[in-house]
Amino acid sequence: MATKISVPGSIDDTLKLLSKADYVGDRSLATVLFLALKMGRPLFLEGEAGVGKTEIAKVLSSTLGRKLIRLQCYEGLDVSAAVYEWNYAAQMIAIRLAEAEGGVDRDRLTHDVFSEQYLIKRPLLQALEPDTVGPPVLLIDELDRTDEAFEAFLLEVLADFQITIPEMGTVKAAEPPIVIITSNRTREIHDALKRRCLYHWVGYPDATRELKIVNAKVPGIGKKLAQEIVHFVQALRKEDLFKSPGVAETLDWAAALAELDAVALDPATVSDTLGVLLKYQDDIARIEGSKASELLNQVRADLRAAE
Amino acid sequence: MTELTEQQRGRLAENIVYFARALRKAGIPVGPGSVVDALAAVLAAGIGTREDFYWTLHSVFVKRHEQTFLFDQAFQIFFRRRNYLEQLMGMTMPQVEGNIPDKRKEASQRVQEALFQGLGEKLQREVQELEIDMRQTVSDQEVLQKKDFAQMSAAEVAAAKSAIQRLVLPLDDVKTRRLTPHRHGHIIDMRRTLRSSMKSGGDFIDLKYLGPKTKKPPVVALLDISGSMTDYTRLFLHFLHAVTDARKRVHSFLFGTRLTNVTRALKQKDPDEALAACTASVQDWSGGTRIATSLHLFNKNWARRVLTQGAIVLLITDGLERDPDDRLEFEIDRLHRSCRRLIWFNPLLRYEAFEAKAKGIQAILPHVDEFRPIHNLESLGELCRSLSKTGSRDVATRKWVNKAA
Repeated sequence: MATKISVPGSIDDTLKLLSKADYVGDRSLATVLFLALKMGRPLFLEGEAGVGKTEIAKVLSSTLGRKLIRLQCYEGLDVSAAVYEWNYAAQMIAIRLAEAEGGVDRDRLTHDVFSEQYLIKRPLLQALEPDTVGPPVLLIDELDRTDEAFEAFLLEVLADFQITIPEMGTVKAAEPPIVIITSNRTREIHDALKRRCLYHWVGYPDATRELKIVNAKVPGIGKKLAQEIVHFVQALRKEDLFKSPGVAETLDWAAALAELDAVALDPATVSDTLGVLLKYQDDIARIEGSKASELLNQVRADLRAAE
Repeated sequence: MTELTEQQRGRLAENIVYFARALRKAGIPVGPGSVVDALAAVLAAGIGTREDFYWTLHSVFVKRHEQTFLFDQAFQIFFRRRNYLEQLMGMTMPQVEGNIPDKRKEASQRVQEALFQGLGEKLQREVQELEIDMRQTVSDQEVLQKKDFAQMSAAEVAAAKSAIQRLVLPLDDVKTRRLTPHRHGHIIDMRRTLRSSMKSGGDFIDLKYLGPKTKKPPVVALLDISGSMTDYTRLFLHFLHAVTDARKRVHSFLFGTRLTNVTRALKQKDPDEALAACTASVQDWSGGTRIATSLHLFNKNWARRVLTQGAIVLLITDGLERDPDDRLEFEIDRLHRSCRRLIWFNPLLRYEAFEAKAKGIQAILPHVDEFRPIHNLESLGELCRSLSKTGSRDVATRKWVNKAA
């Protein structure tokens, strides 16, 4: 039987917890995470795509040994897909069987048909169930993709951590789950929901941190290659691109170059593999070719000067 | 981390309350609930380094990415001015980390006003008279001016409200992916069906249906406030304010030489206050026109935030650009691809002999879904009427494109 791992007791402990799962975070994130765990508040993470917001939930669940329940939001998400649904086919069969037996007692039939046996639990209801290892981590991913109606419903759930099923009764969580909400900011989330949470903006990392991330996540990559990759991406972010590459893109590129057995960057390789970093055709057209070699020369000069 | 004494705890609470008040005056909405949360957070995290204290308060008080800058300024001024933090750290820790940053930075105007209220002199607001009639001219000079609108009369406000109610934009009823109970829908609602069959003990199964829910799509308005559009600015702002009042998701942007987001300013109930708030936040009234630059900024910074969920974009400009180049075509093309429908409102179309010869207009025209003329710009009612008319793209724009060719 697994023992319950408790939440970290200080900001330093939180940093250690994150590094145990190879997640290199900065101190501000560790502070917010520690407060969210200690005060029992949901954590609202906002930032560009590909900076590691979803990763934090996975890291928490693996280091604290809790179950990860993921609710992926989309437009039109409603109660039946997010909370629960009745197993209608089984219910209809039960009704027909009762009828075939004869002597239908209406109240008893209603009680039988609307019982937990026929209830299909979806993520929000699953998160309220008790667990021996401790309350689960509930990840509500990309909340900005749903509409205001779902946000209002979520607000109610996050306030009391209880859900009312009209036919059955109220389900209340014995221990509130650890809630992490992420958003890509394609829509402004209503203030009422943000007020309930602790807010943190996850930005792009600086060069030293990104280098640590690359070394942690792509083991066996050459030291020179890693440095060149990180500085090239940092220079690319200063350019006027429609969508700057995120940390996920950097890691993909590092893995791709490691697969290609590259020891250092050269203009041809960069132009060929630019599709891993940049996802818009206008950006690729602007960077590939001469601009890429220009940036590469600048990066090499900076690294030589730093030595 | 030693425990704080009662007196230290009391002073800490007091200072956090004052800090919250300063943030509120500087423009970050902070409620009393947040103050209580801040105290709980500080007690939970303990007083460690200055950085930890900063991020503890930041996580509670800041709820939007844009507020970070204001918060940063306020924190630097507030917690350094009285050396309070250092004293507290000196009391609670045997040794203080010597890492306190000593940079002197220019604090923002609002934060200084909030903290040193009553000590400075009030700025005189200058009213500049525009003597040159800037209609139908182009310039790319940046002219920074403040603007003073006349008060709205009650009759104007009432007329605006009634006109807006009758306004029906194209594609106004959009089907969403949600389902709602519908008498004659096509999808069976199992839940309601079974519940209603329980009424008869399972004997009857009376099918209930679901149909698609419709909603009004969000509206994004890009309004040109350069010198050539001066006469119509008041009218359009009033229109935007009335639309913001009537619909749920309206975003308004004003551009001339800069791009300003005035959505929040227009959300105020009183039209005069809303327009006054607009004028306070925008600085480049009646200046030059740089459409390509403004559209580029919009596409880069705002398009992915406000154009999702199928927005309709109202582009209100006369299209006269000083040095049109490929950029204008590129940006308007990108804007067109990112929204559901792009409607262009051009006040120059009032004139019968109008021919779309200007390069800027020729660049924008092929990428626009609807091109609306406004015959009478004197009243809001006329404006709404012309917006409501359904014009098909082929008829309207082809006529102008052929005339230009």
